[in-house]
Amino acid sequence: MTAGLAVRARVARGGFTLDVDLVAAPGEVVAVLGPNGSGKSTLLRALAGLTPISGGQVLLDGAVLDDAGTGTFVEAADRPVGLVFQNYRLFPHLSVRDNVAFSPRARGMSRSDARTTADRWLARLGLTELSGRRPGDLSGGQAQRVALGRALAGDPALLLLDEPLSALDARTRLDVQSELKRHLSSFDGPCLVVTHDPVEALVLADRLVVLEHGRIVQEGSPADVARRPATEYVAKLVGLNLYTGTADGDQVTLDAGGTFVVPDHGQHGAVLVALRPSAVIVSPHRPDVSSARNTWPATIEGLTLLTDRVRLDLHGEPSVLVDVTPAAVADLGLRPGGQVWLSAKATELEVYGPSAPRTAVVPDPVP
Amino acid sequence: MPSTLSPQERARRATTGGGSRSAPLPLLLPALVGILFLVVPLAGLAIRAPWGDAWTILHGSAAGEALRLSLWTSTTATAISLAVGVPMAWVLARTEFPGLRVVRALVTLPLVLPPVVGGVALLLAFGRTGFVGQLLDQWFGITLPFTSAAVVIAQTFVAMPFLVVTVEGALRSADRGLDEAAAALGASRMTVFRRVTMPLIGPSLVAGAVLCWARALGEFGATITFAGSFPGRTQTLPIAVYYALETEPDAAILLSLVLLLVSVAVLVALRDRWLRGGVAA
Repeated sequence: MTAGLAVRARVARGGFTLDVDLVAAPGEVVAVLGPNGSGKSTLLRALAGLTPISGGQVLLDGAVLDDAGTGTFVEAADRPVGLVFQNYRLFPHLSVRDNVAFSPRARGMSRSDARTTADRWLARLGLTELSGRRPGDLSGGQAQRVALGRALAGDPALLLLDEPLSALDARTRLDVQSELKRHLSSFDGPCLVVTHDPVEALVLADRLVVLEHGRIVQEGSPADVARRPATEYVAKLVGLNLYTGTADGDQVTLDAGGTFVVPDHGQHGAVLVALRPSAVIVSPHRPDVSSARNTWPATIEGLTLLTDRVRLDLHGEPSVLVDVTPAAVADLGLRPGGQVWLSAKATELEVYGPSAPRTAVVPDPVP
Repeated sequence: MPSTLSPQERARRATTGGGSRSAPLPLLLPALVGILFLVVPLAGLAIRAPWGDAWTILHGSAAGEALRLSLWTSTTATAISLAVGVPMAWVLARTEFPGLRVVRALVTLPLVLPPVVGGVALLLAFGRTGFVGQLLDQWFGITLPFTSAAVVIAQTFVAMPFLVVTVEGALRSADRGLDEAAAALGASRMTVFRRVTMPLIGPSLVAGAVLCWARALGEFGATITFAGSFPGRTQTLPIAVYYALETEPDAAILLSLVLLLVSVAVLVALRDRWLRGGVAA
């Protein structure tokens, strides 16, 4: 018997197919990161038993929850799974205490035992003072905690959170985030957090799984994913320039035009190259003497003011996003349509092999 | 063009916002006509009522008996409608099966069917020679027509669709996400129904029950056809009014007023607490 969650499943819904192969160890927090429509919520629904899978298997601590091959299916109500919905879905007609007591009560505890369990969770989450309130009278952050408490009070073996912070305003989100992190790390079972917010994923998770078009395109530690994004989408999320290309010796020829020279990267054939926007140096003229190995001309297409810097959208071979200080914009006279020279140190270029998209090898169901 | 604005009107507009509260004439006139049309007949009852001899007339007629019969039969009909109609509304709103639309149409048919036709249909089914009534008579020696039970059956037949339609509408518009949340928290389907679905549609449930009860209380056509008019047994208040009209019009007026008072009392008692939110939901 393997402890933790093991999913190797396909879910077909209309024209969309989710096809994933995913494991999560006990105590591990896995963030499932992906754009809207990538299948994140479908995955959670399948794990919770709200949507049956159409191929493969879902195992939790060695027990089958869903098996399309044998037809085994454990109903949502009978799964030891705690699910925190995106908008929390607290019961508006029940007090905070009865919301939290709902799951223990539904799973067969007596009323008084369920209330005792609820009170324990309320105390743990710092909600004791709110126990008599109705969900309508709670702030977003409080509702989030109640929803978490309600899911945990059922003593689940697997915890699922769907966009846990997206319903909160930006200020509350920061407070709740660190608190949520604390509660998630004290949970014994595997925990899956679905999100489209990279910061949320980086802060909360031990491991990231990136989902695009129903497939896992990358997984790894947050640091790894942030440094070596596998797709355009991930690169954008973590704020990196990403290029596909072909490596031949020190030379990497980029698919979109241009060449980088990067010594000793140890890769051959198809590669990815990541470059930080702040690692590119902008000069008004061609630099004569420079330690940078890679120098190329480009045209400024646009300037966007970020909080403390200006992002230049530069067209060239290759095109690139570059961050400079507002002072540099003034000193160098940067404006749309202007010509500049760019240089990047070879050490700033991260060259790595593309990770093969991981998909479950699930035979198509017999029509 | 400048006009004057009283301090009260200024204060009202400042606090509640909005502009002038007076209705434009093309809306105001038909509205007044409508209100008068509904109120005048009721006023007629009150004006023509022989208030001086009210007590003696009511006491002498079968009013008390008829009122008692009406109250318990319509309440029983409502209880039966709740017991059967709520599960029916749930099935119609939350499940899918072939012929669902036909079933829904049939179930709501009594809403548009002339009650007399309903009474004839009941007679043909549950009458002594009806295809169900025959069996009841042979096997159990039960004959339904012209009994108090027949009154309850007729009222239920006519009134239950009001409850079903109200509750079904509420179930359709209720947030299914909460049912799903309850299931994910380990609640069986019956627990979800009991602890989440029902409480959430509570106001509509009460509204539906009140509509159903009011319809049962006023039931005439199906009742008189299927149950007849036997004082103390099947003569409900509306039927008593109808017969009194021929013999003693003063009693008919007073009986009508009694019926009116009972209905108004119930509506007022429930309106603020339940009906408004319920009908809106």
